[in-house]
Amino acid sequence: MAIFEHEVVVVGAGGAGLMAARYASEGADVAVLSKLHPLRSHTGAAQGGICAALGNEEEDHWIWHAFDTVKGSDYLGDQDAIVIMCQDAPRTIIELEHDGVPFSRTPDGKIAQRPFGGHTRNFGEAPVRRACYAADRTGHVILHTLYEQCLKRKVRFYNEFQVLDLLINPDGEVAGVVAYEIRTGEIHTFRARAVVLATGGYGRVYKTTSNAHANTGDGFAIALRAGIPLEDMEFVQFHPTGMYRLGILITEGARGEGGVLRNRLGERFMERYAPTVKDLAPRDVISRCIYQEIREGRGIDGKDYVYLDLTHLSLKQIETKLPEIATFSKIYLGIDPSREPIPVAPTCHYAMGGIPTDPDGRVYRAVRLLEGRDGNYQDEQGRWVTPRFELEYVPGLYAAGEVACVSVHGANRLGTNSLLDLVVFGRRVGKAIVQQLEREGRRLPALPDDPERRARQTLEAILSRSEGESVAQVRADLQQMMMDNVSVFRTAETLQQARQAIAEIRNRAERVRIDDHGRQFNTDLMEAWELLSLVDVAESIIHSAEARTESRGAHSREDYPKRDDARWLKHTLFYRYPDGSVELRYRPVTILPAEQYPFFQPKERKY
Amino acid sequence: MQVTVKIKRFNPETDEAPHWETYHVPADPMDRVLDLLNYIKWHIDGTLTYRRSCAHGVCGSDAMRINGENKLACSVLVKDLGPEITIEPLPVLPVIKDLVVDMTSFFRKYEAVKPWLINDDPPPERERLQSPRDHALIEEATKCILCGACTQSCPSTWADPDYLGPAALLKAYRFVFDSRDQGTEERLRIVDSNQGLWKCYTIFNCVEACPKEIDVTRWISALKRRAVTARY
Ligand SMILES: Cc1cc2nc3c(=O)[nH]c(=O)nc-3n(C[C@H](O)[C@H](O)[C@H](O)COP(=O)(O)OP(=O)(O)OC[C@H]3O[C@@H](n4cnc5c(N)ncnc54)[C@H](O)[C@@H]3O)c2cc1C
Ligand code: SF4
Ligand code: FES
Repeated sequence: MAIFEHEVVVVGAGGAGLMAARYASEGADVAVLSKLHPLRSHTGAAQGGICAALGNEEEDHWIWHAFDTVKGSDYLGDQDAIVIMCQDAPRTIIELEHDGVPFSRTPDGKIAQRPFGGHTRNFGEAPVRRACYAADRTGHVILHTLYEQCLKRKVRFYNEFQVLDLLINPDGEVAGVVAYEIRTGEIHTFRARAVVLATGGYGRVYKTTSNAHANTGDGFAIALRAGIPLEDMEFVQFHPTGMYRLGILITEGARGEGGVLRNRLGERFMERYAPTVKDLAPRDVISRCIYQEIREGRGIDGKDYVYLDLTHLSLKQIETKLPEIATFSKIYLGIDPSREPIPVAPTCHYAMGGIPTDPDGRVYRAVRLLEGRDGNYQDEQGRWVTPRFELEYVPGLYAAGEVACVSVHGANRLGTNSLLDLVVFGRRVGKAIVQQLEREGRRLPALPDDPERRARQTLEAILSRSEGESVAQVRADLQQMMMDNVSVFRTAETLQQARQAIAEIRNRAERVRIDDHGRQFNTDLMEAWELLSLVDVAESIIHSAEARTESRGAHSREDYPKRDDARWLKHTLFYRYPDGSVELRYRPVTILPAEQYPFFQPKERKY
Repeated sequence: MQVTVKIKRFNPETDEAPHWETYHVPADPMDRVLDLLNYIKWHIDGTLTYRRSCAHGVCGSDAMRINGENKLACSVLVKDLGPEITIEPLPVLPVIKDLVVDMTSFFRKYEAVKPWLINDDPPPERERLQSPRDHALIEEATKCILCGACTQSCPSTWADPDYLGPAALLKAYRFVFDSRDQGTEERLRIVDSNQGLWKCYTIFNCVEACPKEIDVTRWISALKRRAVTARY
């Protein structure tokens, strides 16, 4: 209908989008489009913390943080990006504090810090207090502060505008986005010189998840449809402590404060699996251990959950450090965690994979391999090296936050590293855009012909159907199928089943019927459209996982239980073409020179 | 168990006025009201319209009037309501469709109090220090998720829709009492007015309504005292 023009359009108003907008607004005219009001974004649900080697509570160094992140990633993270993130972390957190984030404080008034899974002192010696926090509502205070800063800087917000398409013109440049105004039901074109995709995660692909209803992976699907690959989609994080059946998260901070996991026998089983860090082992490890306990009959009452025990913590500790989760337990389970243990099971939590970017958030669509190799290899001295390659960028396109894959999390993200990723790379994207505009000018690229065509046709097709299955039915089947076949443990058999199932589910999803045929605030229509995003994401996860015949981080193949660096030290790039065919390509992992960073060389991952 | 859910519905494209519809929904006592709404939308009538996202009381999307009280649909359980449940949109705000209200005026009031840290000193190298005691002054106020339950439950809002209301006043408190903030004067100019602090008659509806259990009236009273001392 209408055409809007802004120098910069940010899609998504969670931590990543707001951070990018805040910094881009220092040198550009910025609009933020979000399907939710910004303060409803899922960043507000982040509980436990955001890490930085501030050293406020004990000695800490960015290099220890980087080591933990490299190891936590099961050596799939790009080490240049990890170094940038860990070096940038302290000053970025300080800037957040200056912007007004009300962090919890140490007795001498500094930002308080606590231990978190996988974060250690001195290259793995013992847990370290690195997670900055505001009780157990860290994401909430960061989200609110960033929104406040954007208001102060007069960033333009288009709330409840659902972006349906990314526009790339025949020259291959980004030209803007197409958005659906939920309140009026109108489709609009937004022209822009730079577009940032910051639409968050896709947890709703799975039946049990800590993610919000809105986390349907739209940005992943929008990118894929614009010819951009998705990187490392097989790596899906299951958080070990979701409330049984509900999936609502109990932060790892609960274990940081001293909580422990127990099986049916009351045994603290993590002592057996990870003798050094125990209940503070990384998430992929603990989720597997929980399922192992359950399989061996040591789930509570023989069922598929275990206990998170906080009963030995003092009431004061629970009330001051973990008030939200105490409230959640009381409301949703009727349990007072200071008296009774909380029933928990792994819950789908976080997307390690996503839209491939460099450390400035610039999105690339292809990789040119200059040495003909798509993976890393060892030199004569046995040191891992990175074959040279070049990236082919999409001019003007950026991605940040959970939807992006920089990749700092590799095969498994450490707790508190996501909020950090949002703010560090969101900030870098904002700054990179200002530089781009200063360097290349502010001319708005030409639009492709009939930019709204695909969006219009997709919606009209849904609206015009009078018969078909309900969205809810198809979505529930998809979520159950992914849970059964593509969750913590995978095999060739389950993945093959999933591959067949997704083709059939896609057919059904493209033929659903809705009840609401009106124009205004038609959430029925948006749910039908979001189902198509879920299907695209699921398909990318399944294909990427089926090809990777090794176990690494969160991708655990029972038929290939070992990590296989010789064949699989490389990133997956999943492409989907307009005819529905798919292709997998690969890219080497950036490993820093062994002489300078001996600690970053891949080795067996033990905790 | 089976519950009867009565919902006040309005479709701007077809209805002149709101009307009630009744649904019979199978439910578990531990179900959230949001689960019931989802059940209706997904299995009975897809046109039912409401906002929701996090489903566990942290995003503030789904404040609505449930059995006569403003609550988050995702934070109240069937067992606490009984088998007859009545659901209406939040009061006073214009209804867009069914349970979706236009929150523009609510957020305009929030923006009116300059909800951002004001401090023009050059920032120090490290964090600005704040003692745990000073932090404790504002901690509870920072829990607010801006759901609107309080402001829309307040008789002063009903009488004067332009009254700033508890959520905006609480936000003003959060910054005025932040030891790092220097905007007290400009904020007090805004809230120390007839449509601000002095329209709060400590009726406590906001405290009752707040899903985050914030003692809103207590903090508004502290702000009143601060405004009075600032005058002399
Ligand atoms: C319960 C929970 C607790 C967590 N705790 C922590 C923690 O303690 N520490 C940590 O580091 N990480 C934590 N994480 C992870 C972290 O919070 C998320 O990865 C992160 O907040 C994602 O931020 P984001 O900005 O990328 O996306 P989000 O905050 O999800 O924002 C996405 C935005 O995109 C918009 N959007 C989506 N689709 C569209 C569309 N089609 N059109 C327009 N707009 C769209 C939405 O409206 C929203 O504004 C937690 C995650 C969960 C689920
Ligand atoms: S004070 Fe409570 S009721 Fe009011 S907006 Fe904030 S969270 Fe909602
Ligand atoms: S859905 Fe987020 S508060 Fe209810």
